[in-house]
Order: sequence, then structure tokens, then C-alpha cells
Amino acid sequence: MMAVHQQHSAARPTDGLMPSGPAYREQVVARQRRGRLWAVIFQAAVLSGIIALCALLFNILNQSFGYVAIVNNIDPAELAIDGVPLNELTKDQLVGILEANVSAGLMRRYEHDMPFSQRSSENVHELILERVVEPQVQASWGLFESVFARGSIFVEAEERFPGSDVYFRSWLTTSFISKSQSSEPLRAGVRTAIFGSLWVVAITILFSFPIGVGAAIYLEEYAHKERLLNRLIQTNINNLAGVPSIIYGMLGLAIFVRILEAFTSGAIFGVGDQSTANGRTIISAGLTLGLLILPLIIINGQEAIRAVPSSLRQSGFGLGATHWQVIWHHVLPSALPGILTGTILATSRAIGETAPLVVVGASTFIALDPSGPFSKFTVLPIQIYQWTSRPQDEFRNLAAAAILVLLVLLLTMNASAVLLRNHFDRGQASAYRSIYKNDCCHKTSRSDRIRSN
Amino acid sequence: MSQSAPVAQAAISAESMRGPVAGAESAGESALGGEPQYDLRRKPRVAESIIQGFLFLCGAISILTTLGIVYVLGRESLLFFANEEVNLLKFFGGTEWQPAISRFGIWPLVTATLMASLIAMAVALPVGLCIAIFLSEYASQRTRSILKPILEILAGIPTVVYGYFALTFMTPLLRGTFGRDIVEIYNTASAGIVIGILVIPLVSSMSEDALSAVPGSLRQASYGLGATRLETALRIVLPAALSGVAAAFIVAISRAIGETMIVAIAAGAGPNFTFSPFRAAETMTGHIVRISGGDLSYDSFDYNSIFAIGLLLFLITLSLNVLSQWIVRRFREEYE
Amino acid sequence: MNGTGRYAIESGSMSVFYGSFCAVRDVDMRVPTNKITAIIGPSGCGKSTVLRCFNRMNDLITNVRIEGEVLFQGQNIYDDSVDPVEVRRRIGMVFQKANPFPKTIYENVAWGTRINGFRGDMDEMVEKALRSAALWDEVKDKLQQSALGLSGGQQQRLCIARAIAVEPEIILMDEPASALDPIATLRIEDLMKELSEKYTIIVVTHNMQQAARISDFTAFFSVDENRTGNLIEFDETEKIFTNPSQKSTEDYITGRFG
Repeated sequence: MMAVHQQHSAARPTDGLMPSGPAYREQVVARQRRGRLWAVIFQAAVLSGIIALCALLFNILNQSFGYVAIVNNIDPAELAIDGVPLNELTKDQLVGILEANVSAGLMRRYEHDMPFSQRSSENVHELILERVVEPQVQASWGLFESVFARGSIFVEAEERFPGSDVYFRSWLTTSFISKSQSSEPLRAGVRTAIFGSLWVVAITILFSFPIGVGAAIYLEEYAHKERLLNRLIQTNINNLAGVPSIIYGMLGLAIFVRILEAFTSGAIFGVGDQSTANGRTIISAGLTLGLLILPLIIINGQEAIRAVPSSLRQSGFGLGATHWQVIWHHVLPSALPGILTGTILATSRAIGETAPLVVVGASTFIALDPSGPFSKFTVLPIQIYQWTSRPQDEFRNLAAAAILVLLVLLLTMNASAVLLRNHFDRGQASAYRSIYKNDCCHKTSRSDRIRSN
Repeated sequence: MSQSAPVAQAAISAESMRGPVAGAESAGESALGGEPQYDLRRKPRVAESIIQGFLFLCGAISILTTLGIVYVLGRESLLFFANEEVNLLKFFGGTEWQPAISRFGIWPLVTATLMASLIAMAVALPVGLCIAIFLSEYASQRTRSILKPILEILAGIPTVVYGYFALTFMTPLLRGTFGRDIVEIYNTASAGIVIGILVIPLVSSMSEDALSAVPGSLRQASYGLGATRLETALRIVLPAALSGVAAAFIVAISRAIGETMIVAIAAGAGPNFTFSPFRAAETMTGHIVRISGGDLSYDSFDYNSIFAIGLLLFLITLSLNVLSQWIVRRFREEYE
Repeated sequence: MNGTGRYAIESGSMSVFYGSFCAVRDVDMRVPTNKITAIIGPSGCGKSTVLRCFNRMNDLITNVRIEGEVLFQGQNIYDDSVDPVEVRRRIGMVFQKANPFPKTIYENVAWGTRINGFRGDMDEMVEKALRSAALWDEVKDKLQQSALGLSGGQQQRLCIARAIAVEPEIILMDEPASALDPIATLRIEDLMKELSEKYTIIVVTHNMQQAARISDFTAFFSVDENRTGNLIEFDETEKIFTNPSQKSTEDYITGRFG
């Protein structure tokens, strides 16, 4: 038996030239070692991605909270009357202080804006802080330093800014969200920007959702794939998805802001803001972003529609329904969760876009809430960009706080998209799978694929 | 939706029941006049046609968008080049961009763009590909279900936030590492690295899709010959998915070239013909943003010039995207 | 030298679980060396599962657990100290659907030997392997062309050439001819007979005529009420097909079941 076996061995293709026995074992061990080394490298790559994300989030949190050194023009303690601190004085006393410290002209202007008799004492107190106490941020520190190097912050503040008030400040506060833009970092807020973002995104969705879904239906349900025009539309959509966003900004600038100025400024409706009647309005911004996310909505919508099993359509047609009836009653309802998920994700892309809106012409400074689609606008990312571009540290803190607001907004949207998707996956999709098993089997199961070794 | 199956069945049973009844009726009618009971001729459905027309228009808007882009960029660029001081030779030959003093060399903007993109690719391609291989060939279902959302978060963060990150984190880090005298406050290295981080999820998800599309039977064949997991991943799966991975790389380059906010915030504000990654330089996109963010009057020279730059940017990114789609189509291995 | 005995591979009380589902229970099989052993049985009885246990291919699917032992040259291949990579080199596999790498014909054969450290003349080795797989004459002029351009039957013989190139002791074949036309099937069957002089071959087939034609031994698996596969009978092919000792084997052979 052995002899026979050896003879056969000699006739084998490799003629015994492959390493065997201990030599082979050694070689396998070396190969496995190399495999483990690379596995570590692959894991390190994953880790570096996670580290980058953590660094980014840490950096923003670090800048949003921390100690600030503040110097007041007049110490609030000096303004106390008979030992009663400023915030406990009556309104008349506060008005008195204000009159004593600011010019008569400014007082008249305040009276003109809103008579003092109607103002609350909190409001007057705030005016005093703004015009009399005039706190100025001298320096700010990050959260990390503030927690781990607290002592040295106080020492440094004492040295560099004698007499300064050093306290821990959260740059993200309720008043940050509820106040409008201001050139004073301590009083600036993002309310205008939040309203601006909501207005712009509302226009974006109103424009791009119906058109995007319509185009997706056309391409999936009606278009003959062989016809040149339809292939052109499809290729074109794929290419548009890859056009840099700033190009859309230039498109918006030239078309919506300039050529359609009469419309986008609201002039033909007679509702535009006459003082700034140009096309750099919310509607221009919304339409620009609408064009930007249109390819995303179409592509997502197509995928959702394609995922609807064809047997569902057939059962509709089998009952004598017209094409549109089948689409409206059967295809769209079951594709809707997928379409909505895609729309939410596209919308969150629109909320975060900055470059095209800079080009379209977001206002650099507005403190008035937008009143309609023909108002001037600013949005959260623009606000962040402008604060980031300022050299002073305290504006960086403001930018970080605004980023937190933006990220929370985006996270909420993305989470709702994920929930929608999961809900759909658990509920309807599994029902489909059981009914239309044969339809779905072209989606190869992942268990077919190879895992561990 | 679970009702659909019974509905379909009901349809069949209704159909089968109608047969004999209808037959009896038509027998009676034909005796009267020979008119068919059902008029099966095509009838015009106005509403259906209108709807279909509207849906077609929706699809056509994308074509209009492209035409709009080409028209706008082309028209303003023509106006730019119609200026007697400008010509293509100066545009592509000069190394200084100062429209105010009649210098129209595009190269400072192009080199800065290429430098930032190169640095970005040096970060994103290896890291993104390694992540893709890990996700596709190594990670368990569970690990993947944790890692992919994390990468999605990374991909969903607005670019302006990345710009902030570049300026307030990466730049101080670089300056701390290489020295404040060498690294300027605004520099292309910081912007490039952060662009790299930004496109990592793009590279990894597109590459992973390509790797995952490689049939499991190839992996089994490889293992069956006594290959290790690494050998299977790098020498069987990766080559089989090469076209998809190459397409991912090209799309990533296109994305990096078109990226705007990171460079606008962190790379510098002024065209600078330099090849040092630690010096300030302005990219094409950064320049467009800076010029258009200021007071820009229509038909001014600055206004036209940014459209010329935009046209170049559009052509570069478009050809990269077309190239990537072509690669996918041309080199797609047919496994089925 | 290789410690080859009468039996190429032996399983002892081998059970396979997918999660908590028991796919195959208590398989005791001793596969004779340099013979063709066929595994037959109704669909879903775990034929392929058993085959894949013999070279640890089931490791690659998550959630699979194997109990009992599989002895190859006296070692339990499921022992912790055993490297599955080496097991698979010694026990090769040919799959149901031909799965050539998207490389050249030459590379398909050369690749496995190269990673395993072959130091000889590669051209000669490729030729020998292709000759052994009865494919040489058909492809010798187009070795540098893509293997995906071959016909289905040629692709499958290429997969066999690829498998024998790395010098296995055993070749596992999972319905190797099920996707082929009758002529290509015949060529594969002839090839298997030739190869059985040098290699132990275990083949899963759903085709009883094929099993009767080519195999020396036959294992019959059946599926019980829990959908768990069981080895019913394992004997010389002639005996299984003419005089089975179990009633259920006879039912299956004569077409009364499955």
C-alpha cells in the first residue's frame, strides 16, 4: 500500500516540490503571522476612523464649555444702591441708573423702540448690563483645561487680566438659542439662524420632494430603459449627484438671484423688503439647495420603488387597475418609508450645506427673524462659518456652541430616519418577505458569504 | 399589505366564476345584434396621460439643471475670456492670480487644490480601503452593524464642522508637532488631512460594496486551496473587486477637489503659488467662496472670473465622475 | 511517510448544529483511501454539510458548531492545535458551481501552489495539473486568457486542476457535475475515475445513476422528522444498490422515497 502510494505521489503535478512536513508547517505559521499583522493594521484603520470622530466631537465640546475671564466696564457692585444688589432693585431705580450712565440720545431711542413704562425690570436690567456694565471677554479656556488645570487658569487670569471676573461658562445656553445675532459674543445667539435654516429647508423640501419622487416614479415605472432620452436622464442624474455643491451655488446665483430676481425678491408680488430688494432671499437659497438634493432624492426614491415586489404590481394590474392606480394605491404606499428615509437624509445634507449659500449670498449680519420666503437670510452653517472666521477666541466658542445645536438637529433627523427604516424593516418588509418570498430571493443572503477563518 | 395575497386570489376566483356566466349572456346578445358585450378598444385616458407628462417633466428637470449649469458657467466664462486682457495662454500659463492687477494665471489655485486633494487621498485611500477590507472580510455581522453607523455619522457631519475641526484642532496639532515657525496658521496640510477624514466613509463604503459583491464562491475556492484569510482578501477578493475600488478612489478624488468649506476656513485666503503643504494657499473652491462672500457686483470682472474657475472645477470633477462610471461598466466582471 | 492507512478520513459521532438546529447527527464514517465514495440522499439531509465538515469549510459560516471528531491521518482536524489552512491544503474541494478566479487560466492553477510555497518549474506544474484534469489539450493555446471565458464544463475541470495542483490527499466534490450538460458530466466522471488512482475522492451527488456508475463506496443519508440528517447506511456501492441492509435505503434507491 505504501509503495503504491509513493509511486502515485511521484506522478502528481507538483512532483513533491511543495514544502511538506515541518517545512510546510513553518511556512504556514509564517503566513498566519503575516495574516495577524495585517489584521491588526486593518483594525488600526478602523480605530483611526473612530478616533477622528471622537477627536472632532471632543474638540467641539471642549470649545463649548470652559472658564472665561471677564472684565466689566463698571463693576455691578458699584451700581448697588444702599447695599441692595443690582438684580434686586426696582424698575424705577434701574431706569435711574441707566439715565445716569448713558447719553440722552440713546435713552430717547430706547423710549422710541418701546416706552420704559411698558418695559419689564428684567429688560431694563439687561440694558444696564449691555450699556453700563459692558462685560468684555478677555480670554476663554477649553473644557479640558478647565477641568484638569483649573488652578493655573486662575493664576494666569490674575496675571494677565487683573481684576477680571473668572467663572465657568457654558456657551450653549437657552439664551444662546433664543437670542438673535449680536456683535457682543456674550449676548450673541442663533435664533435668526435657526429660523433661517428652517425656512430654507422648508422651501427645499417643498420643491424637491414632489419633483424628486415624480422623477423617480417616471424613471422606474414609465421610462423605457432602451430609449436614449431616458438613459440620458438617468446618466445625467448620476452625474449631477457628483457635482460639487459650490457649483450649485453659482447656478443659484446666476439663475435665481440674478435672472429671476423679480420673482425671488418678491417684487412682482409686491411683498419684498424694499430696502434690500434683490434676489438674495430665502426662496433663492431654498431652490438652490432643492436642486442640490434633487439627485439624491431621485436616486433614493428609485431604489425604494425598485424594492417593491413586482407581484404586488401584478396583483393590481390583474384587477384591471390603470398604471397610475397601481402606482398610487400599491407601489407608492409600500415604497413610502424608503422614500421618506431618503428624503430625511437628503434634507439633513441640505441643512448642513454652507458653500452654495455663501455664493448665493447669505447675509453676513442680520438680527431680525425672517418673515417669509422673500426675506434676507442666514442659516446655522453660515453663522458657524462666520464665527469661525473671526480671529477672536470667544467667537470660536460661539461657533462650537452653534455646531452643537446643528449636530443635535442633524442627529434628531438621522435618528428619525433610522427609526423609520427599522420600523419598516420589522413591520412591512418582513410581511413582504413571507408573502413574496420568491420575489425577494434575488437578494442574495449574506450567510452565503464567508466570514471567519 | 398582507392583504394583497388574498386579494390576488380573490381576483383569480372572480375570473374563473365569470367565465360561464358571461358566456351565457353573450350567447343571448349575439342572437340580438352581434354587438360584442365588452368594448375592448383602447380608450384615451386623459388623466393618465397628464400624470405621465408631469412625471416626465420632473425627470427632465435634471436635464435642465445640467443645461443651466453649462449655460451659466459657459456664458460668464465667455464674458471673462472676452476681456481683452485675458486669454487662455495667460489663464493656463500664469503662476499668479491677481485679477486686480491683470494677472490671470490659474496655477496657484490649481496647485493648492491638487495639494490639498493629494494630502487628502494619502489619508483617505489607505485608511478607507483598510476599513473596507476589515468590514467586508474580517468583521462579524455584529461588529459591522456597530461600525457602519459610526462611519455614517462621520459622513453625515456638515463640512463646515470639519472646517472648524481643521482650524481649531488639526492646525494647532500640526503646529505643535512641526513647529510654529514652519507651519503657518492657515495651511493646506491641515485642510488636506481633514478632507481625507471627510472622504474616508465614502471610500470605505463604496469599496466595501465592491468587495462584498465578490461572490462567496471565490472565497471558498481560495480557502479550499489552503489560503489564509489575508491571502484570500488581498489576492482573490481585492483583485476581483478592483474596478469598484478604483471607482471609489476616483469619486473620492473628485469629492476632495470639489470640497469647499474646509479649505475656505483652514487653507488660507489668498492665491499663493507654493508647493509647501505648511504654507497658506487658496484653492479654486476657496477662492470662489471668498470672492462671492464679499460684495460682488454683477458683470464685474471678479464676478466673471469665479465662473471661469467654476467651469474648470466642473469639468475636472465631471470627467472624474464619468471616468469612474466608465471603469465600473468596462471592468465589471460577469460572475453570473 | 504520510501515515496513509486504509482510511483516508474518519468521522466519529460527528454532529453539526446551525445555532440550536441540529443539521446532521452522529455521523460515523470511515472513508477508504484512493477510492471514490459517494454521498447520496434526499435534499436537505445534510450531504453538503457533512462534506464541508471534512475540510473545515463550515468554519467559514458563522453560527455553526461541530461536535464529535474528524480524524485525518490520525489527527482530529477540529483539535484546537490544528490549523484549518493546512487542513484545506491537504483536503481540497471542488464546488457545485464552477468558481474559477477572475484571473488567467494559468494563474488559476498556479495561484494555490504559489501561496503554498511551490519552488519548482511553474510552467511544467501547470501543464501536469491541466493534463491530469484532462483539460490541457483544450486550453494549451490560451493559458493567458481569462478563465471566465471557458465553458462550464471546462471551468469545472479547471477547478479540479486547481485543486489537485496543491497536492491534496483527498478531494471533496460537492455535486461537481450538477450544473453541466450530459457530455461535460461524462468527462468529469471519467476524470474522477482516473483521479481516484491517486486521490481519495468524496463526492456528493443527487444523481443515483451517477453514484452507481462511478463510486466504489456509497453513504446514504436520510432526514428524520426534526429535519436532522442521519447516516443510514455506508457500504460498498454494489451492495447498497443491489442488496441494501436498511429498508429506507431500498425505498430511496428504488424511487419510493425522496
